[in-house]
Amino acid sequence: MSGAKASRLSATAIPAPLLIGAVFVTLMFACAAAPGLLAPYDPVAFDYSALLKPPSFAHPFGADNFGRDILSRTIYATRIDCQIAFFSTLAPLVIGSLVGLAAGYFGGWLDILLGRVIDLVLTFPFLVIVIAIVAVLGPGLVNMYVAVSIVGWVFYARLMRGEVLVQKQLDYVGAARVLGFGSARILFRHILPNAARPLLVYWVTDMALKILLGSSLGYLGLGAQPPEAEWGVLIADGKNFFTQAWWMTFFPGAAIVVAGLGFSLVGDGLADALDVKR
Amino acid sequence: MSLAPILSVKDLDVVFATPRGPLQAIDGVTLDVRPGEILGLVGESGSGKSVTLRAILRLLRGNAKIGGQIVFRGEHLILATERRMQQLRGASIGMIFQEPMTALNPVLTIGMQIEETLAAHGLREAKARRSRAIELLHQVGIPSPQDRLGGYPHEFSGGMRQRAMIAIALAASPSLLLADEPTTALDVTIQDQILKLLKRLTTELGMAMILVTHDLGVVAETCDRVSVMYAGRVAETAPVDVLFAAPRHAYTHALLRSAPGGGAPRAMLTPIAGQPPQLQAPAQGCAFAPRCEYSEARCLEGRPPMFALGPDQASACHARDRLPPWRAS
Repeated sequence: MSGAKASRLSATAIPAPLLIGAVFVTLMFACAAAPGLLAPYDPVAFDYSALLKPPSFAHPFGADNFGRDILSRTIYATRIDCQIAFFSTLAPLVIGSLVGLAAGYFGGWLDILLGRVIDLVLTFPFLVIVIAIVAVLGPGLVNMYVAVSIVGWVFYARLMRGEVLVQKQLDYVGAARVLGFGSARILFRHILPNAARPLLVYWVTDMALKILLGSSLGYLGLGAQPPEAEWGVLIADGKNFFTQAWWMTFFPGAAIVVAGLGFSLVGDGLADALDVKR
Repeated sequence: MSLAPILSVKDLDVVFATPRGPLQAIDGVTLDVRPGEILGLVGESGSGKSVTLRAILRLLRGNAKIGGQIVFRGEHLILATERRMQQLRGASIGMIFQEPMTALNPVLTIGMQIEETLAAHGLREAKARRSRAIELLHQVGIPSPQDRLGGYPHEFSGGMRQRAMIAIALAASPSLLLADEPTTALDVTIQDQILKLLKRLTTELGMAMILVTHDLGVVAETCDRVSVMYAGRVAETAPVDVLFAAPRHAYTHALLRSAPGGGAPRAMLTPIAGQPPQLQAPAQGCAFAPRCEYSEARCLEGRPPMFALGPDQASACHARDRLPPWRAS
């Protein structure tokens, strides 16, 4: 059995985009897991002999207006951006899946109610409504997670609902009912695993979007707060010195691009590998 | 054959509320099944065979209204609570489907699906579940069952999947098995194997079975008794050899005559003229009368009642005694 499984996996070559994405994401996780091992300097230590130093061997990404090493700050920032990718998608994934499951399976007034709520939330542009909620709750990472979750679950719910509507028509669901299984068992053990693939793909892609969103809000001063190192915050710090010290904005920006690209490539690769149509 | 019926359906009505008005899918169906017996339910598409099965398990959608009586081992299923039905489904009444490709959950192994059914119906011990699962796969003729338990449905061929589905349906030892065209999606050799398997299982386990099919060959090979359905009604019920030798309903007669192989080699087939009736407007009289060669005035005026013709035989046809022998032989 395990032998058959292994051969099946090795028989399918891993496509290049998925591989590249996986390398980027792994690099990001490594930075997030052990920034202390990878970063050459303390990310918050001032060094007045290195003020606005351009990239060199001592400071490969240069130094900022307090002489802090940009490479170290970018590496430490990965930790927060990984957090953003995870925490701002986790609640939407869980809540959206549950709501979508219930609405798709039970239908009726529950489905109608959910449809209206989704329409209502979708009426507002995503960024605008998130910024409005953060403005009410006050800036900061936790409030940003809350704001993103309040809005973000509708996308997962809509996706899950559609998938459940397809799955529940299939014979195996009817067969499960014929075997005398209750709704909870049918929903979670039979429909959920079969409906999860598109959600999984969307989840990974959504992480890329949420890193961009987190950086944007950080840049605007609504997400992570200085002196916390976060890519968006780093770029915001660097924008005043843009003409003298391009490296202050360039390298954190590049990190955002690499992270976003990594998650997108993994998402697309998974979509192909799992045969999910989008 | 004089055992008390395990399931008796009396005057079953199923009406679907549709946007275009009520649709009478089942109109006064009456049938009995006894332990160890295979009852065939034949009829063309839309005659209400599958709806009858689903009504017995109360698996019809919310827009269906059920009337009449369904008595399973002394219990009125139409009055039973949904909770009670859940207990009965799988445990006492099993069902197998037409498409073994889609009726198995693609993400669970065959073993998991069998064991889940066993667990849901009260077999607590994991070891006992496993050995029972192996026994079941063996029983339905799957070779080296220990190794196949870990296999996913896509690793099984069509015939093997149907066997696996039968194993799942049999897991909790139901006393009644409903089979909804179990061999339609299979090729002929596999079809024959599956039918033999089902026949053997009903004998071995003393289980009753209702076999829905539109294939008269399947009926002739497998069933003990047959009920012929037309437009949501039972036209005729008879032991299988009696029915094939001398049908006593004009519809059965026309149906047998239209089957290939009924006449001389290379002869043209004899179709039944006309179309089945619209179920939105149930016929006043016999539903088959407009297409019937033997119809008379009274056939159109009122519904012919079921005339008992023998211990196991009944027909709702005024022309039952005027039908010519259907085969020249």
